[in-house]
Amino acid sequence: MNNTHALTLAAESAEWPLPSRRKIAVISVIVTEGALFTIFAVAYLYYIGKSLTGPFPAEVLEPPILATICLLGSSATIVLAERAFKRGAAGTFKLWWLVTIVLAVSFLAWTALEWHKLIYRYNLTISTNLFGTSFYSLVGLHATHVIAGLILLTLVFVFSLRGLMTQVYSEHIEMLSWYWHFVDGVWVVVFTVVYVIGR
Amino acid sequence: MTTQEIAISRPAELKMPLLERLHELAVTVDHKKLGLMYIVSALIFLVIAGLMASVIRMQLALPNNNLVGPATFNRLFTVHGTVMVFFVGMPIIAGFMNYLVPLMIGARDMAFPRLNAFGYWMFLFGGFLLFFSYIGAPGLAGAGSAPDVGWFAYAPLTGRAFSRGSSTDYWTLSLLVSSVGSLVSAINVVATVVSLRCKGMTLMRMPLFVWLAFVVAGMIILAIPPLSAAQIMLMLDRFLGAHFFDTQAGGSAVLWQHFFWIFGHPEVYILMIPGFAIASEVIPVFSRKPIFGYPIMVAATVAIGSISVSVWAHHMFSVGMTAMGNTFFAASTMLVAVPTGIKIFNWLATMYGGKLRFELPMVFCIAFLFQFLIAGLTGVMMSVAPFDWQLTDSYFVVAHFHYVLVGAFIFTIFAGIYYWYPKATGRMPDKTLGLWHFWLFAIGFHLTFDTMHIPGLLGMPRRIYTYDPGRGWEIFNLISTIGAVFQAAGVLFFVINLVRSYRKGRPAGSDPWDAWTLEWLTPSPPPEYNFETLPEVLSRRPLWDLKHPEDPDWKYE
Repeated sequence: MNNTHALTLAAESAEWPLPSRRKIAVISVIVTEGALFTIFAVAYLYYIGKSLTGPFPAEVLEPPILATICLLGSSATIVLAERAFKRGAAGTFKLWWLVTIVLAVSFLAWTALEWHKLIYRYNLTISTNLFGTSFYSLVGLHATHVIAGLILLTLVFVFSLRGLMTQVYSEHIEMLSWYWHFVDGVWVVVFTVVYVIGR
Repeated sequence: MTTQEIAISRPAELKMPLLERLHELAVTVDHKKLGLMYIVSALIFLVIAGLMASVIRMQLALPNNNLVGPATFNRLFTVHGTVMVFFVGMPIIAGFMNYLVPLMIGARDMAFPRLNAFGYWMFLFGGFLLFFSYIGAPGLAGAGSAPDVGWFAYAPLTGRAFSRGSSTDYWTLSLLVSSVGSLVSAINVVATVVSLRCKGMTLMRMPLFVWLAFVVAGMIILAIPPLSAAQIMLMLDRFLGAHFFDTQAGGSAVLWQHFFWIFGHPEVYILMIPGFAIASEVIPVFSRKPIFGYPIMVAATVAIGSISVSVWAHHMFSVGMTAMGNTFFAASTMLVAVPTGIKIFNWLATMYGGKLRFELPMVFCIAFLFQFLIAGLTGVMMSVAPFDWQLTDSYFVVAHFHYVLVGAFIFTIFAGIYYWYPKATGRMPDKTLGLWHFWLFAIGFHLTFDTMHIPGLLGMPRRIYTYDPGRGWEIFNLISTIGAVFQAAGVLFFVINLVRSYRKGRPAGSDPWDAWTLEWLTPSPPPEYNFETLPEVLSRRPLWDLKHPEDPDWKYE
């Protein structure tokens, strides 16, 4: 019973293509992260208008149009970078990759300014009221994911400057871009929940 | 017996000195070693949490008993519940999935072996963190010990005002850490099943165990994040003064219940479906028939997985939801009984007309069938909201879910351990000791949990540390405690059997049960690379095809 080859006797010798395990794992991570964000977004929606004391969202929040354009734009530039990488155009890849990083940093800088204003001008912290509690946790969770993505983007950029990003890493670049699209997609939800419905 | 003298070819590392073996365990990324490490660690946690349950039972054996005080009692049932769900149930299913999925689909390892090792160590250190709370939790505050808020840690009990010291933080952090482990092991299972199947192993040719593991991994991916999210919110409340569950600032204690049970109810099926998976492998092999209604079994599993994410609030009928909410969750809960019933009928139909062999795995599976039926029936009773209003938080509920988790889940786990023990160790478990284990445990189980329904119906609430005489509860509690003694004796026979058979058991050979799935193609224990040449399969029972070339399955599938 130890001969495994006997099984192959009658087997068809057709191709046996299976999906990439890396892609499956990244899809799973995105699904599980999506579930995490859903719970935080539900908590935000549930607590809209339940704060007992101010400041209230309508008084202090401004829709971050420019920052949103930056972040969504970075989804487009990373696709351009990815295509350039697959073509083998290293210079174009580095350029669009750097633009993506700059756009991500701009988004985070805007978040930092917004939080600074909320904390120092309006005295809104996570413990002030329910709005502060749900706002900082939802927006902060998203910003954490942007920071994680930014670290990965920067690593890839440093590696590419040193000429280490060969075609072997084509799928890695694609997976990073999938994650980045997810982070941007989550921002659309956060924007809708916090700055449209919640105001 | 002379056969006992035959040496079993064990992996070379078992002949190494102890220190090197421990080092090997610490750095291994082999799915079989990690699987066994998961199972052995979980069994150790099972014994510890089982002893805690015994103390609980001894305290409740007599009215106005004074074995442990109320504070200790709260810690006992909290740690018992938390450990059993997160550090016994979750790792033991992770262990079975890790060990068996690559072997059954003809792969050499999991998709991400290092991630796999990471998951194991996250689970183990999460477990250490929980037990460390007994000495670490008083901390600088000088208050608190082990967690005492119940395994579902309802707000506002967990608020800073009511839970001083760090006990609740240990509960939160240990589960957050081990949840990361569960998540990465689930992602690994999904990627392995999708991407590493051997040639010819189409989705509808996978062994049912693999199908069910796949569904469970998907459920873990969806159900764990709500718990983690709620726990992150709890940490923000406790450390940064946020108000998620702080009713004084407008927060909601009920929201915690929703978030917890959005995780908590799928969790029941996450534990139970691997039990079904084991039964679906054992019952056909010991009935000498292929599983009845394979596609229906797959569909029923997917249905259970899907419906189970929309039933959570049946744990919350008594918090005052709307009539619409109660009706919805009662109906969806009853709906789960349909695919579950289909499964029971399919197992029975597999046995019907079969040539039954009453080996150890099979006797545990037969007991599982009966006990799971009763557990399911009390579940349907509880899904009726008015009935639940009467009995919620009573010993009837305790009896119901122990019927599921002990009578069904643990029985299938015992079946699985006896079934694959020869594969993992190369030696057969001892049947006499195993039957002692079975009868003692089965008798003890029924003494404890059948009688436990009655004090529940008579109004005995769960989580009380003692009770006054004269309410008609005494005799049932005493019988329950006597049952616990039988169960402990059964587990003792189980442990003796595992240890003794490892040294003195009859050599098993590669396929002792005359089974049909790919893991029995490898030597016992399998080499690190599993398969010398990767197999190709043509049907759901590749080893049947191999053994019966004149009448192979692939002619009919």
